Amino acid sequence: MAENENTVSDVLDDKSYKYGFTTKVEAETFAKGLNEDVIRAISKKKNEPEFMLDFRLKAYKKWLTMKEPAWANVHYNAIDYQNISYFSAPKPKKKLESLDEVDPEVLKTFEKLGIPLDEQKRLANVAVDAVFDSVSVATTHKKKLMEVGVIFCPISEALQEYPELVEQYLGTVVPVGDNYFAALNSAVFTDGSFVYIPPGTVCPMELSTYFRINTEETGQFERTLIICAEDSSVSYLEGCTAPQFDTNQLHAAVVELIALDNADIKYSTVQNWYSGDPETGKGGIFNFVTKRGKCQGKKSKISWTQVETGSAITWKYPSCILQGDDSVGEFYSVALTNGIMQADTGTKMIHLGNNTRSSIISKGISADRSSNSYRGQVKVAKNAKNARNYSQCDSMLVGDKCSAHTFPYIESANSTVQLEHEASTSKISEEQLFYFESRGISRENAITAVINGFCKEVFRQLPMEFAVEAQKLLTLKLENSVG
Amino acid sequence: MLEIKDLHAGFDGAEILKGISLSVNAGEVHAIMGPNGSGKSTLAKVLAGHPSYQATAGEVLYQGRNLLEMDTEKRALEGVFLGFQYPVEIPGVNNAEFLRMAYNARRVHAGEEELDPLDFDEILDEKMAGLGMEAKYKNRSLNDGFSGGEKKKNEILQMAILEPKIAVLDETDSGLDIDALRIVAGGVNKLRGPGNALILITHYQRLLEYIQPDFVHVLSRGKIIKSGEKGLALELEAMGYDWLTTTNA
Repeated sequence: MAENENTVSDVLDDKSYKYGFTTKVEAETFAKGLNEDVIRAISKKKNEPEFMLDFRLKAYKKWLTMKEPAWANVHYNAIDYQNISYFSAPKPKKKLESLDEVDPEVLKTFEKLGIPLDEQKRLANVAVDAVFDSVSVATTHKKKLMEVGVIFCPISEALQEYPELVEQYLGTVVPVGDNYFAALNSAVFTDGSFVYIPPGTVCPMELSTYFRINTEETGQFERTLIICAEDSSVSYLEGCTAPQFDTNQLHAAVVELIALDNADIKYSTVQNWYSGDPETGKGGIFNFVTKRGKCQGKKSKISWTQVETGSAITWKYPSCILQGDDSVGEFYSVALTNGIMQADTGTKMIHLGNNTRSSIISKGISADRSSNSYRGQVKVAKNAKNARNYSQCDSMLVGDKCSAHTFPYIESANSTVQLEHEASTSKISEEQLFYFESRGISRENAITAVINGFCKEVFRQLPMEFAVEAQKLLTLKLENSVG
Repeated sequence: MLEIKDLHAGFDGAEILKGISLSVNAGEVHAIMGPNGSGKSTLAKVLAGHPSYQATAGEVLYQGRNLLEMDTEKRALEGVFLGFQYPVEIPGVNNAEFLRMAYNARRVHAGEEELDPLDFDEILDEKMAGLGMEAKYKNRSLNDGFSGGEKKKNEILQMAILEPKIAVLDETDSGLDIDALRIVAGGVNKLRGPGNALILITHYQRLLEYIQPDFVHVLSRGKIIKSGEKGLALELEAMGYDWLTTTNA
C-alpha cells in the first residue's frame, strides 16, 4: 500500500498543480496523520478559495486546544487521530455483473426490507441498464431543480460555483470551535451536500442524498449546508435503511441548516451504519455528528426527524436555535440499540425569540446488552417571551440486560414560558408476544405491531415510503433480540 | 376433539402436571376445578403452547394430530383458543386493529380473503354489542388501562370473533362483579354449539351457575383426583377441596 500513498509534501510540491489539478497522480490516499500541511494539501487538492483554507486552519488550531468530550454516557477506547488518513479521492467501487455475485446474507436483508430490485442493484453496485442508472436519474432531477433556481450539489462543487453563498453561511450555525468533533470536521471535511432554496420557492421534490451525483465516497467527515431563503421550503432525506459498511471507524459529520423568514426545513435521517460484531462490537462505526439548525427568520420552522438504528456508538444532538420571533423547532426521534451498541442522542432547543415553540418526541428502544440515553436541553433566554416547549421521552426495553437513561436539562430565565415534560418506560416482553401468537398472529407481525405502536408519532413525520422501510428495519433488528 | 394422555409438564424443570388424562368431545363443556397451585393454569398454558412450559411425558392429540408439536401460532390458527387469566397490556397497539390482525390471520390460514377495516368494523360492532362493550374500547390500546372486567370481556370478544373449535378459559370469572359475570357467561353460552368444545378453569362454583358444564374434574397437586357430572361442583362448594384432597392423601 505504501507506494500508493501520496505524501503531503508530494501534493504541495506537485509542479503540475499550477496548471490545474490533473489526475496524473495514481495515488488516491494521503499517508496517515494530521498536521497543518495535511490541511493545506486537502484544500489545495480541492482547489478551494482562500477563505476555505483560512476556515480550515482556524478550526484546526482551535481543535488542537480542545479535549475530546467525556460527558456522554458512552465508553470506547481512545481514538488515535494520527492513525487516520484525512484525504481519500473518490474511487469507483467494483462493479458487479449481476445480483448473483452479491453476498447472499446482504440479499436476504434487502429482501426482508422490501427494497425493490433496481434499488438492490444500485446499493450492491451492480451495473444497471441505462434507464435506471442513478446518474441519469440524478441529472434529470438536477434539471428540474435548476428550473426553479434550487441549488443541490456536492459542497465541493458549491465552493467552486457559489463560493460567496458558502462563505456567507458556512460555520454560522456550528462555529469552527463549537465542539471537538465539529472542529475536526471543519478542519478536514472532504465533501457533503449543499442546498440553496431561493426566496418564495417550494422545492418541487424531496431532496435525497440518493439523487446527488458523486456520492460514491463522501468520506468520514461529511459536511452539509442547507439554506432556505424567505418564504421557501424544502424536505431533505439522508441515509437509507439498507445496512451500510465503511472501513473508516470514525464518522464526524456536521450539518448546518439556516431558515430565513417564513422558511420551512424538514430534515429526515435513517441511519443504519454497521454496528459491529454483536458480541464484541468490533468494526462498528463511531457516529459523532453535530447537526444544528438556526431559525434565523421570523415564523421560520426547522423539523428534525431521525431513525437511528446502526453504529457502534452514536453521539448526536440535532438542535434548533429559535432566533426569529414565532419560530418553531421540532425533534422527532427513534433510536434503537441492540447487541452492545451505545447511543447518547437527543436535542437542544434554544429559545431566543418571542413566542417561539418547540416540541421534542423521543422514542428509545434498547435490546440485548445495549445502552440507550436520551439527552436533551431546553433553554429559554431571559427576553424570549411566551416561549413554549413540550417534551416527551419514552423508553422501551427488550430483555433485562439493556439499559435506558434520560437526561433532560431545562434552563429558563423568565416567567412567561410554558414547559411540559413527560416520560415513560415500557417493556416488550415474551408475555406480550405469546399473547399475539396465541391469537394466530406471527411473531414478526407482533413485534412490528408493538414497535409501530410505540414509534407511530415519529414514523408519521417520515415520508411515506421511508416510514414503511423504517418499520421493517426496526422489526428486522429486534427479531432476534426478543425472547 | 381433544385427547390428553398421561400428560406430565412443568416450568423450569419443576414438574407441575403429574399425569393428566382427559378426553373432550365436540359439543361438550368440561369444568376443571381445584385449589390454588394445583396446576390448573399450567394445563391451560401447556395446551396453548406457552414457551416457558414444557411437556416432559405423555401426549395431547387435537383432532387426531399431535398438538404439542405445533407452535403456538399454528394451534391458534387451527382453532385452539386460550382465554387468559391475566390478559397482558400492550400500549400503543390499537384494540380494533389487533382484533382484525387476528381475524385476518385465521382467514388467510383458511384460504379466505382478508377483510378491510370497514367490513371488519361491522362484525366487530355486532360482537361488541352482544357483550355490552362500549365502542370506545375499539380505539383504546389493547387491554391498556382496561378494568379487570373489561379485560375479561375483551377476551370473550376475541373468542367470539375467532370462533375457536376448542376454547380454554382460564379463571375468566375472577375479578368480575355479578353483572359482568352474567354478561361474560352469556357471551360464552352463545358460542356453545355441537361443533365446538369448552374447558372452563375455575376456582369457584359461581361461574358454573351460569355456564352449565357437562363434566367436572377436580385437579389437585398436578393430578385429576375426581371426575363427575355437574353435581360434583355443588358438592365441592358445600364441602370444600379438603374433603377430596385429604381423603386421597
